[in-house]
Amino acid sequence: MSAYPGHEDLRTPLKVARGNGAAGTGVHHWWLQRVTAVALIPLSIWCLFFLGGLVHADYPVVLAAIAQPVHAVLLIVLSACLFWHGALGLQVIIEDYVHTRWLEVTLQMALRFGAVLGALACFMAVLSVWLTGAGAY
Amino acid sequence: MAEFTLPKMSKVQKGKRFAAKPGAKQVRNFKVYRWDPDTGGNPRLDTYEVDVSGCAMVLDVLLKIKNEIDPTLTLRRSCREGVCGSCAMNIDGENTLACIKGLDELPAGDVSIYPLPHMPVVKDLVPDLTHFYAQYASIKPWLQTESSPGSRERLQSPEDRKHLDGLYECILCACCSTSCPSYWWNPDRFLGPAILLQAYRWIIDSRDEATGERLDDLDDPFKLYRCHTIMNCTNTCPKGLNPARAIGEIKQLLVNRTV
Repeated sequence: MSAYPGHEDLRTPLKVARGNGAAGTGVHHWWLQRVTAVALIPLSIWCLFFLGGLVHADYPVVLAAIAQPVHAVLLIVLSACLFWHGALGLQVIIEDYVHTRWLEVTLQMALRFGAVLGALACFMAVLSVWLTGAGAY
Repeated sequence: MAEFTLPKMSKVQKGKRFAAKPGAKQVRNFKVYRWDPDTGGNPRLDTYEVDVSGCAMVLDVLLKIKNEIDPTLTLRRSCREGVCGSCAMNIDGENTLACIKGLDELPAGDVSIYPLPHMPVVKDLVPDLTHFYAQYASIKPWLQTESSPGSRERLQSPEDRKHLDGLYECILCACCSTSCPSYWWNPDRFLGPAILLQAYRWIIDSRDEATGERLDDLDDPFKLYRCHTIMNCTNTCPKGLNPARAIGEIKQLLVNRTV
């Protein structure tokens, strides 16, 4: 724990409590987490129906379903929201529990890289099906 | 790195047992956390067999122990009626005020009594609240204005005064903050429910003119947003207040001025 007042510390308790002041960024994170959460409600419901309709479908049928523009766009938006919302949530868990500075920074960076990587992979998968055409199969 | 166990020096060991006096009518066991900075060593859990006849509240029992059984037991107490907040401690796993916790409210069996959780201990049941009070001072808990008050007191409508109900009653006993896991993990940077309730008390005061600056000071991932609405604060408040609601209102005000 950093900066917790100890008796050997000559700084005043108020100096310690004030720390470096307010970062001025908290509300942005809070709001984005709610926005992505709200977006995920209809997207998840749609996704369940979409996947449910494909349970016994053949591979070409699934490709054709994904290649429909509406489905492709919704899938891309869903994966964007999912990785964004997940990254925002995991960020909070790391802030809560990891107090070794180098590990905290490393995890925060790895989390962001991982989320962007995962989202991009999903975009690419959907786009490749959509743009290269399921009909080519 | 994460610590999954207590540090060696903090592990609570078995302590002494003080047997009931012969002729005791209504004996109940109280297991009390003891730690003396002068003798050092690990904290221990002493067991007192107390005749609780004539005792209504847990504080009565603690004072009976101190007066009649073991004068070395150290605790804070003052008003003995739930107004000063001095005797806040963890009784049977719940933070509360010893003076207004009735013995009949506790489940039957032994009663365990610890100091407020996750605070540095000064001695026995006395936690070090220096940082807690400094955090309180950091939110500037006084009326801030630029306008002149004029020739008389600053007026407030009865409706505006109602906004302070459920806030002004807070006695800063620290039961809520020390029951909050977010405050346990980040006490250096998270203000905790008690201080945030107090901050809201000044933000919502119709006479205060520093509302924007007060909100600016809270717009921080740690000072405010460590609150994950765990609700321990509201569950444990011995005055029946709702710090979680106050924190929610602060978050609402911050969003309202952004979006």
